[in-house]
Amino acid sequence: MARHFALKYLREEVLPTPFCPGCGCGIVANCFFKAVEELGYEDLRDFIFCSGIGCSSWIPSPHFKADTIHTLHGRSIPVAMGVKLVRPEKKVVVFGGDGDLAGIGLGHLIHAARRNLELVVIMVNNMIYGMTGGQTAPTTPQGSYTSTTPYGNPEPSMDVARVVADAGANYSARWTVAHALKLKDSIKRALTKKGFAYVEAVSQCPTHYGRRNRMAKPGEMMRWMLANSVPLEKAGEEPGKIPVGVYVDRDSPGFVESYWAMVERVRGMVS
Amino acid sequence: MLSGVHFWEGNIACAEGALAAGCNFFAGYPITPQREIMERMALRMPKLGGVFIQAEDEIAAINAVVGASWAGAKAMTATSGPGFSLMQEGIGYMVMTETPGVIVDVQRLGPATGQATKCGQGDVMQARWGRHGDQAVIALCPNSAQEMFDLTVEAFNLSEQFRVPVILLADEVVAHLRERVEVPPEDRLFVVNRRRPYTPDEPPFGSVRPSGVPAMPRLGDGFNLLVTGSTHDEWGYRHTSTPLVHSKLVRRLVRKVMDNADYIVKVEVQGLEEAEVGVVSYGCTSRSVYEAARMAEARGVKVGHVRLKTIWPFPEKAVRELSERVNVIVVPELNLGQVALEVRRVSRESCRVVQLNKVGGGRPITPREVLNALTAWARR
Repeated sequence: MARHFALKYLREEVLPTPFCPGCGCGIVANCFFKAVEELGYEDLRDFIFCSGIGCSSWIPSPHFKADTIHTLHGRSIPVAMGVKLVRPEKKVVVFGGDGDLAGIGLGHLIHAARRNLELVVIMVNNMIYGMTGGQTAPTTPQGSYTSTTPYGNPEPSMDVARVVADAGANYSARWTVAHALKLKDSIKRALTKKGFAYVEAVSQCPTHYGRRNRMAKPGEMMRWMLANSVPLEKAGEEPGKIPVGVYVDRDSPGFVESYWAMVERVRGMVS
Repeated sequence: MLSGVHFWEGNIACAEGALAAGCNFFAGYPITPQREIMERMALRMPKLGGVFIQAEDEIAAINAVVGASWAGAKAMTATSGPGFSLMQEGIGYMVMTETPGVIVDVQRLGPATGQATKCGQGDVMQARWGRHGDQAVIALCPNSAQEMFDLTVEAFNLSEQFRVPVILLADEVVAHLRERVEVPPEDRLFVVNRRRPYTPDEPPFGSVRPSGVPAMPRLGDGFNLLVTGSTHDEWGYRHTSTPLVHSKLVRRLVRKVMDNADYIVKVEVQGLEEAEVGVVSYGCTSRSVYEAARMAEARGVKVGHVRLKTIWPFPEKAVRELSERVNVIVVPELNLGQVALEVRRVSRESCRVVQLNKVGGGRPITPREVLNALTAWARR
């Protein structure tokens, strides 16, 4: 029997994953592996993975057969910054959720984008704090029901991909897991970029988001995501839609590159 | 390395001590009264081929230290009270993942913003217990510009040797004190580097060695490292509900520091033999004690002085020995009594522990005030 192509990137001893049935994290992992394989990587030796706390932070750790560091809640980006500055030759990839990266860790995300720090950040946006039982997040659509917005979310949500693009990232894109091929292409593009590259995957949490919003089945959520997505150009025309597409794709110099260029310039100068 | 004799303030000596010890990564966030450490690092680090980064906050700084350390660097951050509070979760992560790194806390007057530029010694218990969960860390207390250099080197050495975060618990007075600092020739400086495994066959989080300190691989060397702040076995696999794995891990983490306390702890002891009255001091306050002891001597009062260079693990043996020789130990502190609690615990009621506390305005405890306490209690 043919082995699944992704098994060469996985620690088989830790399978199956702890994700709920119908979780979108598996699709994100699959898209990542497809991107990696299409780029010609036979293993993950050139990568270092950092993640924080939350369901999607479990995607690389412990599942990826690679060097991984599972950090504190919200702090994967500063840890990744330390790693990347010391080992600039490695591809440092951050996986995290919307609560982790856009809630508690938003400051680090914006500053990493501003620095144009050479990281690939993949944010799985399930619109909720899934691991702690479905509380509202900065990305929860206005009006949605969560365990901490039992009467509907009174707050507007944040367009994280736009914030990241405006802050100075070289690459920022959003797709949903119902756009798997587009998502894979964006991850692939992100992995070849210099500077800060951000890919957001809007994803279903049938357990906590779907159940409370009349989409208890994963398929229902995925159909909803497809029906509710609009191309970036049409974003804002209708309220409550998910804009998908590439927000920015440019080639400004990255921070680590600039830092080490400065070091070359001043190295050995006397005090 | 700037070998030779310098006229440096404590903060500069600290930065130079770190560089001499091989520190090649510094992340920090501006805060008084540590800024000279950070500015010195910004100036010197790029020229030496290392990394200096001004982080967006102290939380980013400590976590960048974590990442850099796992990537193989000797990493450090420097802060003061409020920043030290923000770093606590990161320090706890370092304890759990056995990440070496040095955290300099130049103590100022809290709580909260307090008197931001003034000296205090109120972070003693925070250094020991500031994080959630059981743990042991190492904290050192310099009392001169020279020790800001020497103990920073020592902090790196202990951190590398034991794979624990080491806190340099300095204070504003010592940090801004300008004094003679002697930097030894490079070949005379004792520098420890962490043990690295030769093959992926050595578990990164378990050790059969009596020291309890495992070798530390680097991220990016292809060992398929799993690093996590969750409870983990010796290979880094998470066990979030197995009682035995947690108990074994946390007990080893505490033991590797506490069982080596005799090796780690350094104190300066004076006048123990003929002591009539005792004093336990640390940091800038000890400078007044030296003078007070001299003045007392001139008045015929013999003082036994234990000065804590290591504050955590607490120097129990030295303090207990003092407590067995005198009836009273005076503990002068620029807080409302923190080390006094430990002295009381260790002396086990074999002597009386008298607090001499001062907070506010950054006013030091004067030699005269220490002298008055010493002479008053020596005569009872």
